[in-house]
Amino acid sequence: MRTDTLLEQLCKINAIAGFEASASNEIKEIFGRYCDKVWVDTFYNVIGYKKGSSKNGKKIMITAHYDQIGLIVTGYEKNGFLRVSNLGGVDTKALLAREVTVHGEKDVFGVIGAKPPHLLSGDEMKKNVKLTDLFIDTGLPDEELIETVAVGDPVSINSQFVRMVNGCAAGRNLDNRCGVAACVLALEKLKNIEHENDVYVIATVQEEAGLIGAISSSYNIEPDIAVVIDVCHGDMPEADKASTFTLGKGVPVGVGPAFNKNVTQQLLKLADQEGIPTQLCVEAGDPGTEAWAIQVSGMGIAVVEVCIPLRYMHTGAELVNLEDVDTAAALVSKFAAGRTVRLSKEDADDTDTD
Amino acid sequence: MIRTLIELTKIDGVSGDEEQVRKYIEERVEKYGLEHMTDTIGNLIVRAGENSGNLKVMLAAHMDEVGLIINHITDNGKLKFAAVGGFDTRILTGQHVRIGDSKIPGVIGYKSIHLQEKKERESAVKQKDLYIDIGAKDREDAEKYIKLGDFAAFSSEPVFFGKNRLKAKALDDRAGCAVLLELVKEKWPFELYACFTVQEEVGLRGATVAAKRVAPDIAVVIEGTTCADVPEVSGHEISTEIGKGPALTFIDRTAIADSILLRHFESTAKKESIPFQWKQTVSGGNDAGKIQVSGSGVRVIAVSVPCRYIHSPVSVLDIYDLENTKELVKKALLTLPLVFDGRQKND
Repeated sequence: MRTDTLLEQLCKINAIAGFEASASNEIKEIFGRYCDKVWVDTFYNVIGYKKGSSKNGKKIMITAHYDQIGLIVTGYEKNGFLRVSNLGGVDTKALLAREVTVHGEKDVFGVIGAKPPHLLSGDEMKKNVKLTDLFIDTGLPDEELIETVAVGDPVSINSQFVRMVNGCAAGRNLDNRCGVAACVLALEKLKNIEHENDVYVIATVQEEAGLIGAISSSYNIEPDIAVVIDVCHGDMPEADKASTFTLGKGVPVGVGPAFNKNVTQQLLKLADQEGIPTQLCVEAGDPGTEAWAIQVSGMGIAVVEVCIPLRYMHTGAELVNLEDVDTAAALVSKFAAGRTVRLSKEDADDTDTD
Repeated sequence: MIRTLIELTKIDGVSGDEEQVRKYIEERVEKYGLEHMTDTIGNLIVRAGENSGNLKVMLAAHMDEVGLIINHITDNGKLKFAAVGGFDTRILTGQHVRIGDSKIPGVIGYKSIHLQEKKERESAVKQKDLYIDIGAKDREDAEKYIKLGDFAAFSSEPVFFGKNRLKAKALDDRAGCAVLLELVKEKWPFELYACFTVQEEVGLRGATVAAKRVAPDIAVVIEGTTCADVPEVSGHEISTEIGKGPALTFIDRTAIADSILLRHFESTAKKESIPFQWKQTVSGGNDAGKIQVSGSGVRVIAVSVPCRYIHSPVSVLDIYDLENTKELVKKALLTLPLVFDGRQKND
């Protein structure tokens, strides 16, 4: 499947944190093409299962969250306007003059407005707009709006998916549909390969609201090893170099207390052997991803992380290099299918033949 | 007319780069078999009336829209830009744009919220700190697609929503262009020139020269104007209200409307039961300002379609306001010879 087509399809899906139910079927359908079994759990995590060929194989869980940041309706204003709060870390700098879809009884189109600039003082113009100052203009008569939209309804921020020069793409929801796309592409690669490990590929929910999906998935699957695929910050001129990664120069692999050192070393070695380019993403503590929650789930899970660098995170202009999505899929599928994963000394004796 | 407007808002025409808009309009007036010419600065002047009367009327709507112009390419391949025309630069972060004749897609970047310090999160980003990212690796790579002086327009598709609302970019003043394209089809009992002007947003430049060429007795400017009937705004600051009909301006920062014209438009609206409203803030300005002082002076009036979120990619109008703007101008013009009959045209 073409990466850009897949990603475009995935980015169009609306799955605001906590409101993934309707989206789960579409993800399930895509996963289903490449799995032995696919199901949706109580939280709307979508699990694709690919059976391993050996009893000695490990249970490997690959996760990528499919929820997205958004807004939630908190109240009405006269003449068809709505007030909103945020679901996840919305950047209000990128909300003025944007389009949204309010997911009420039916979808309602709206634009985000605020007090017009010519009525603001010089000082006010220098400040970032607050979410409480913004409103959604639905253009609907009040009676119709109240009938269609309820307080608590989620709102997605619309943005187009554009293909750019150099194999880049920009749009909304690339955090973390890039990860979901890498999962699908990895499943596609695994489809015709016999592998020892039992592989569970999971599109998780509510990452943006507190890593909820990852916690419940880990508990249900009880994997030996978890591979988290998520986005990291891409190189932006004004950002700190140590926290950002060049696009198209290989996938950053997480290093630090959140990640199992032994398994991470094996992942990096495998990448080296296969000629898959990687970078190192150093995280001194909480990496802000599902890895942090999975690591301490159940009796503890060995976690590794593969990242896709992304610029302008949490805006409608998130920008990635599609090659990085392919690279992540290549590395994760090789890792899942490989016999190189060792968790203990006994494992090492069993497989360390080279 | 609404179909025409939709098509017009899909075209990019930042001030100084109106060619594509002009081409579209030119094709239309050619189909109508109307005489037309394009002047040096780029105004398209269409002749639509008969030579019979002793009145010469100019209609004006501007083709240009606010946007950006690329003025520097950084070593890492990002495009720095300047604003063309006046707009709220706080809307820029994270917007999609298309650049140059080949419409290279780009996004306006600023470092992610996660990497902003508290102070940065609380303040608006200055325009000079923003840049356009097209995905280029470095300057050399960017130069394959972009040259300095390329214009960038907001990338925003027209959408119908709510009750009778249209969201699009450049409603100011493609709305006026769409009205003019309807009006030129009518039979007029006097000499009428429809002027599709350029560079309104950077200082009413096109109208300045168009008015000199046409040398009209009367000019009607058809515009999109500020509409602030939104939460957070009250009383006189509202300026105009959406859905309440075309707005008549008695004064703005560039012109005081001709009182005879103003009364004529007001009474026409009342007589014909066309809803209308007064623009209630003395803000903004338009081509009327330059046309009024052209030559030995021109009687001017501006009739505007209220546009919420004007000068942004998501400006909004009510389609009945558009329809009623056309109706009011049409009806008022048809009876114009009665008002000015026997009166010194420029007294």
